[in-house]
Amino acid sequence: MLTKPKAAPGTEASPHPVAVRLTEVTRVFGDPRSPKRVHALGPVSLELRAGEFFSVVGPSGCGKSTLLDILAGLNPPSAGTAEFDGQPIRGVPDHVGVVFQEDASFAWLTVEANIAFGLKRQGLPADEIRRRVDYALAFMGLKDFRHAYPVQLSGGMRQRVCIARTLVLQPRLILLDEPFGALDQQTRLIMGDELLRMWRETHATVLLITHSLDEAAMLSDRVGVMSARPGKFIGTFETGWPKDRDSRIVTHPHFGELTARLWEKLRVETMKHMQGEARGEA
Amino acid sequence: MTYSKIATPAVVVGLVLLLELSCRLGWIAPTVLVPPSVALVSLIEILVSGQFNSAIAVTVSNVVVATVLAVIGGFLLGVVIHANDFLRRGVEPFLASYYAVPTFIFYPVFIVLLGVGNASIIAIAVLLSIVAMITATLNGLDRVPAVLGKTSRVLKLSPIQAAFLVKLPAAAPYLFTGARLSVAYAFIGVIASEFLLSGNGLGYAIAYAYNMFENRTMYGLMLLIILLVTVTNMALSAVDRRLQARIRR
Repeated sequence: MLTKPKAAPGTEASPHPVAVRLTEVTRVFGDPRSPKRVHALGPVSLELRAGEFFSVVGPSGCGKSTLLDILAGLNPPSAGTAEFDGQPIRGVPDHVGVVFQEDASFAWLTVEANIAFGLKRQGLPADEIRRRVDYALAFMGLKDFRHAYPVQLSGGMRQRVCIARTLVLQPRLILLDEPFGALDQQTRLIMGDELLRMWRETHATVLLITHSLDEAAMLSDRVGVMSARPGKFIGTFETGWPKDRDSRIVTHPHFGELTARLWEKLRVETMKHMQGEARGEA
Repeated sequence: MTYSKIATPAVVVGLVLLLELSCRLGWIAPTVLVPPSVALVSLIEILVSGQFNSAIAVTVSNVVVATVLAVIGGFLLGVVIHANDFLRRGVEPFLASYYAVPTFIFYPVFIVLLGVGNASIIAIAVLLSIVAMITATLNGLDRVPAVLGKTSRVLKLSPIQAAFLVKLPAAAPYLFTGARLSVAYAFIGVIASEFLLSGNGLGYAIAYAYNMFENRTMYGLMLLIILLVTVTNMALSAVDRRLQARIRR
């Protein structure tokens, strides 16, 4: 069992009731006047309530990752505005953490040093770093692997290291880009549970990009369905789950109904994407 | 495990014994090859008498200097070429076919430029080994996953921090492989150049013994070089394996 330290290094809630606000955001790659330009995203408008768990589903290549890059400040929008906590996003904002699909653990560092990496860059005192790392190790079930190197861990464990490395920085907005995409179905369910536990503990706003309708339906407060490229939101669904949900809800009748509704929206778009691919547009 | 561990020593011991036997039974004339045991005794005499100590020192220091220059120069050139796509497209065909050119044909050029001596020897050795390091650097930097670049930005590292704290360690196993190759090429470059354009060093000592019909000394020196290279290579391989183990996923 996890013993919680007295002052849990959780995060305070966002100062704004609206954590993220996108207004008419579009992203075009390449010269806008060139016929070869790619209109990847939008226009997209979206508001995320502070502390909300929001998932985005959509066909491949619909601009989901572009959306995440804009929120992470890695890639500016071509038009429109993106705000986090009421401030326009220019460069990587403070208090935003990102977990990618690919394994981003540092192979040359131990699990412990991986998790402490960002904290050391912030110049926190050693005992504070130690306290937060210990907490994250325990929270993510990595205590016994403190001194292990990523190569000695399974894919799921490595992704936990990356999540822990993000978590210790106490982000108010956590962006996850198909973080469990490379994992098997059972591991995904368990990782989903851990994600929910982390979300409840930190009060952070979470934006999860996923291919999996099940994952979106199980984890989220709200699910946004995106169209084929250029990606736009064609519907958002309130799941209505209680905050203390876990993976056992996949057996609930409402879960099946929810995924059916998501799929109904998405099916047409996926077919559009496949036809586009057949014409060589993708 | 133990099976594969004894395979190489078994082959080595077998070949040495076969050679010993061939020499002792007169299948191989003593003017051609001395028995390995005689070469070993000769080597011990060489080391005890110290008559070739200066030759050993010269060769080893030339190899070290050439390796250091090739590794540092090759790494820096690799970084520059990696950063400039135009340059890279231009030089990549040359890098790929570089080892098709026998570098030693340029030895007269170096004698003219640098004279007969250590400078020319080191220059040829560097020329021979630097490209292995350039190629390894390009390969290493190519293999740093893009997600690590994104991660560096999310963790708000400056470009210099990202280079030293993320890119360099991520590429390190590949860079080390390049350094290891550079050492091997530096040995070849130095010793072969000593045959051609030197009055000192182990290469020169072997050529001298050969001209004087001193077969015992010649084979003793050859054995010395073989052992030197083998020990160096085994030490570097051990480090290499440890680094490679971290990237094998």
